[in-house]
Amino acid sequence: MVIAIAIVRMTDLLAVVMLSGIYGLLSACFFVVLDAVDVAFTEASVGAGISGLLMLAAITMTGRKEAPKRHKPFLALFVVLVTGGMLIYGTMDMPYFGAADAPVHQHVAPRYIHDSMQEVGIPNIVTSVLGSYRAFDTLGEVAVIFTAGIGVLSLLRLPRLSKKPASNEATEAQMHERHMVVRIVSKTLIPFILLFALYVQFHGDFGPGGGFQAGVIFAAAIILYTMLFGLETAQKVFNPSLVQLLAAVGLLLYASVGVVSIINGANFLDYNVLADTSLDGQHIGILLIELGVGITVASVMLSIFFNFDARRQALHNNKKPKGEQDVSRTL
Amino acid sequence: MFLGLYNYWIAILLMMIGFYIVIAHANLVKKLVGLTIFQTSVFIFYISVGVVERGSAPILAAGVSDYSNPLPHVLILTAIVVGIATTALGLALVIRIKEAYGSVEENEIQKQDQLNEEQS
Repeated sequence: MVIAIAIVRMTDLLAVVMLSGIYGLLSACFFVVLDAVDVAFTEASVGAGISGLLMLAAITMTGRKEAPKRHKPFLALFVVLVTGGMLIYGTMDMPYFGAADAPVHQHVAPRYIHDSMQEVGIPNIVTSVLGSYRAFDTLGEVAVIFTAGIGVLSLLRLPRLSKKPASNEATEAQMHERHMVVRIVSKTLIPFILLFALYVQFHGDFGPGGGFQAGVIFAAAIILYTMLFGLETAQKVFNPSLVQLLAAVGLLLYASVGVVSIINGANFLDYNVLADTSLDGQHIGILLIELGVGITVASVMLSIFFNFDARRQALHNNKKPKGEQDVSRTL
Repeated sequence: MFLGLYNYWIAILLMMIGFYIVIAHANLVKKLVGLTIFQTSVFIFYISVGVVERGSAPILAAGVSDYSNPLPHVLILTAIVVGIATTALGLALVIRIKEAYGSVEENEIQKQDQLNEEQS
């Protein structure tokens, strides 16, 4: 909360972005305290990782300083205070924190907690709700992520360059010297991050984790590589059009699991018919759709970052006169 | 007597901070940061509603009988990833605005718009 207030006061946007990273990490810790391990996992990788990176990439393009305010924001403060006061008044008849007999705990939650082991057969209730009971919702969420990815692509996509952007070898070599420790350490770390992402992906049934988190972690590893070794090197391995194709493949994989269960004579996304026993069917179904989620999330995050970075480089190449060192390129 | 409601108040306080940033600051990037804080406050609200006293994380284990409500967790974990995707979309818009107007300050953009209208 202190950090949030500090964010209000700061005009240096770089500091604001750093603080919002810390804020993300803190709220992840907060979620662990509140027993929401899956959520904490997601918030830690998204709030403290990816969002900070994207914001950084954006402020290198839009400028670091916030203009000083000219008017005193008393009106805004007044509106905020009134709204806050009304909201707090509204909480007066809400159930107390942690009360086990609150209405939220009476509706569908008991069924999830008591029956999910027999019906779905995996210990992590969050995964069984996400992948099985509410798979249709999750399909929608994945579609939203995919759409947002397409939106970013259509906004930031550059016309295909006929000639290579001026990447001078000398600067490249110099960067190698300068950030040697960082480069070597992260080069050793990246395989483990990727391995960890796969572990999170396939261990989601038993512990906290799943497709969303794994996708973000996987993308973060590649983004780390991109930042250290440059966009072109990364795009040699992860071809941008392939990444975009994969985003669609993930969503299609998810939806086609649903179609296959229709073909087998059940409802959309009803996995019971996918194998001989319904539990096996559930396992296969959840595994497949989590894979689809993971692929889509990872590739959408990657292509968003690639586009931000390509845009940034194009901007720098246009602005900077030749010969000047483009240090911020590898940031 | 009302102290049991403190979780809502924390969420509301954070939400109002985010709200304040969104309406009082002219810089579009900062507005997006404010929006993120607002978003997180909603997440905290939902998660804190799902907490059960002496409950444990909703992963079935032997010897544990009370679990937190898993439903808010599912909703929020997908919401976080969707949130970052939409924030990225917002940032992309901001970048395009910067390219078109040369500024990300709201009042300067409005000034330029007015100038354009008067000219045409």
